[in-house]
Amino acid sequence: MPTLLPTPHPKERRIIFENISKPGYAPDIETYLAHGGYESLKKALTMKPGEIVDAVKAANLRGRGGAGFPCGTKWSFIKYDDGKDHYIVVNGDESEPGTFKDRYILHQDPHQLIEGLAISAFATNTHLAYIYIRCEFPHAARIVWNAIKEARSKGFIGKNILGSGFDLDVYVHQGAGAYICGEETSLLESLEGKRPYPRIKPPYFPAVLGLYMKPTIVNNVETICHVKHIIRLGAAEYAKMGSPGDGGTRTMCVSGDVVRPGIYEFPCGAVTVRDLIFDICGGLKPGRTLKALIPGGSSAKVMRADEVYKLKIKGPDGAMVDKDLPMLDVVLDASTLQAVGTMVGSAGVIVMDDSRDMVWALNNLNQFYAHESCGQCTPCREGSLWMSKLTTRMLDGGARADDPTNLKSIADNIAGRTICAFGEACSWPTQSFLAKFPEEFKKSAG
Amino acid sequence: MIEMTTRQADQITPEFEEEADELISHYPVSKRSASLPLLHHWQNHFGFVDDSGVEWIATKLDLTPINILELVTFYPWFRREAAGKVIIRVCRTLACAMAGSYEVKEKFCEAVGLAPHSEHHGFGTAPPTTPDGKFSVEFVECLASCGGAPVALIGDDLFENIKTSDVASLVTNLK
Repeated sequence: MPTLLPTPHPKERRIIFENISKPGYAPDIETYLAHGGYESLKKALTMKPGEIVDAVKAANLRGRGGAGFPCGTKWSFIKYDDGKDHYIVVNGDESEPGTFKDRYILHQDPHQLIEGLAISAFATNTHLAYIYIRCEFPHAARIVWNAIKEARSKGFIGKNILGSGFDLDVYVHQGAGAYICGEETSLLESLEGKRPYPRIKPPYFPAVLGLYMKPTIVNNVETICHVKHIIRLGAAEYAKMGSPGDGGTRTMCVSGDVVRPGIYEFPCGAVTVRDLIFDICGGLKPGRTLKALIPGGSSAKVMRADEVYKLKIKGPDGAMVDKDLPMLDVVLDASTLQAVGTMVGSAGVIVMDDSRDMVWALNNLNQFYAHESCGQCTPCREGSLWMSKLTTRMLDGGARADDPTNLKSIADNIAGRTICAFGEACSWPTQSFLAKFPEEFKKSAG
Repeated sequence: MIEMTTRQADQITPEFEEEADELISHYPVSKRSASLPLLHHWQNHFGFVDDSGVEWIATKLDLTPINILELVTFYPWFRREAAGKVIIRVCRTLACAMAGSYEVKEKFCEAVGLAPHSEHHGFGTAPPTTPDGKFSVEFVECLASCGGAPVALIGDDLFENIKTSDVASLVTNLK
């Protein structure tokens, strides 16, 4: 992992990766303090907890883990003084294919996370928090443990934080190689020491019944880090950076067929597909043309390069007018991507050029989902494996002419019929690849 | 399963148990939460988790052995038999596959002297391991470093942008 990010592109605005980008920046607490560390926590401790929750709401911070749920709304489900124990669980199980931003935060700027966590805990009257880190990040777990000890020795967490009378204990909990643990209720089961089967909804939110059946906030690593910057900059200033309803900056992870893959950070809504690929990431490899792009981690529906989306937007006079939006001009923010039928998800962008076989690409993802289905719900457990078998035989020979139809039918019968969103996550790639590239599937099944 | 002649639980040291108690103390609300940490602790110490490990952890946490065994067989990370001293985990998922991880994995197999294989292990079995017990090579799903594809986690260390031509010397350095 490179210890230093490349110089920011003019379109970038780095707040999460600001420190990591600096030469000589190290994960220890002295370095963090020399870069203004824990000042936002000091500021937050002078505020009323409700003011912090309101600031997070006003900042329009959306969760950065994939679902994009408004963070302030999630927090407001917790009643500050309901007399119950509250918990915060930081989701550092980063395992959505195409996503690798939290890895950088955990390895290189752990105190940013701990500061954000202390503020979040103060706002929600939480005294016990766990940082769930996937075990494939063994160094990150050690680095974060060490940062917790450092922060405790300086009084930023532990008993009576900075003389405020507020207590917070933080522990690291390591996963054990299962993608499903990124689903928040699965993560809680995992943390409770049980088989991590996602919980039946309702209750829809762990904020109602979460860890140990107590109100619990589950937030992504990056989301918690943003809380620090909302306090530092003020909610209005923070919200202004992004687009309406999607405040602040968003880290983006780019992989696949571009000259400069890597992590970038932009104000939400600042870049289009064209900007990202051809300007920021240095374009495609020589002689190649763009074929497809997955905008938000492997579960997000694929976009085809020559698509033109028909949108209805509000015109200058307030009436709805039709607008043609070519795929390259799609703005990579939550609302635009939703409008074109996909999602910003975890902002893990996978770029595919014209050398890629879409049946092969889908088969790779289908094998992923077949391996990672927890097996609790029949449609997903069986269906993900069937989908994988069908795309495999399309590649290896032995496919039947009606396999594309069968494939679609399997996917359609998983989505919406499972306990957790894994059902959608594993169906969307198949549904979208089939819809966008029918000719390739027809040929492979032929 | 490898035939067990000794029970791992018979080799527990006071330090091992002390560390286990420390891990349990991280979960003041429910010690069942310590089951994953104790499994990691066990596997890091002994290399895998045998029946005595399952029983010891269950007893330690006031659980029945099935509560622990069902975790060992669910999570891909845990195994009930010995793996190589160094485990080479090559990422199989999309961005890495596009960057040549299938070829990289084959090269790793070749360099350590294993037959090429593509299946996932799991359900507590160990990945394919060299007869001298030095290396295991396996495919794993997304390691969350797609920008540096193809990647592999070797022991605790992540290697990025691996070229097939680099694999032989990487393995030599591990020997």
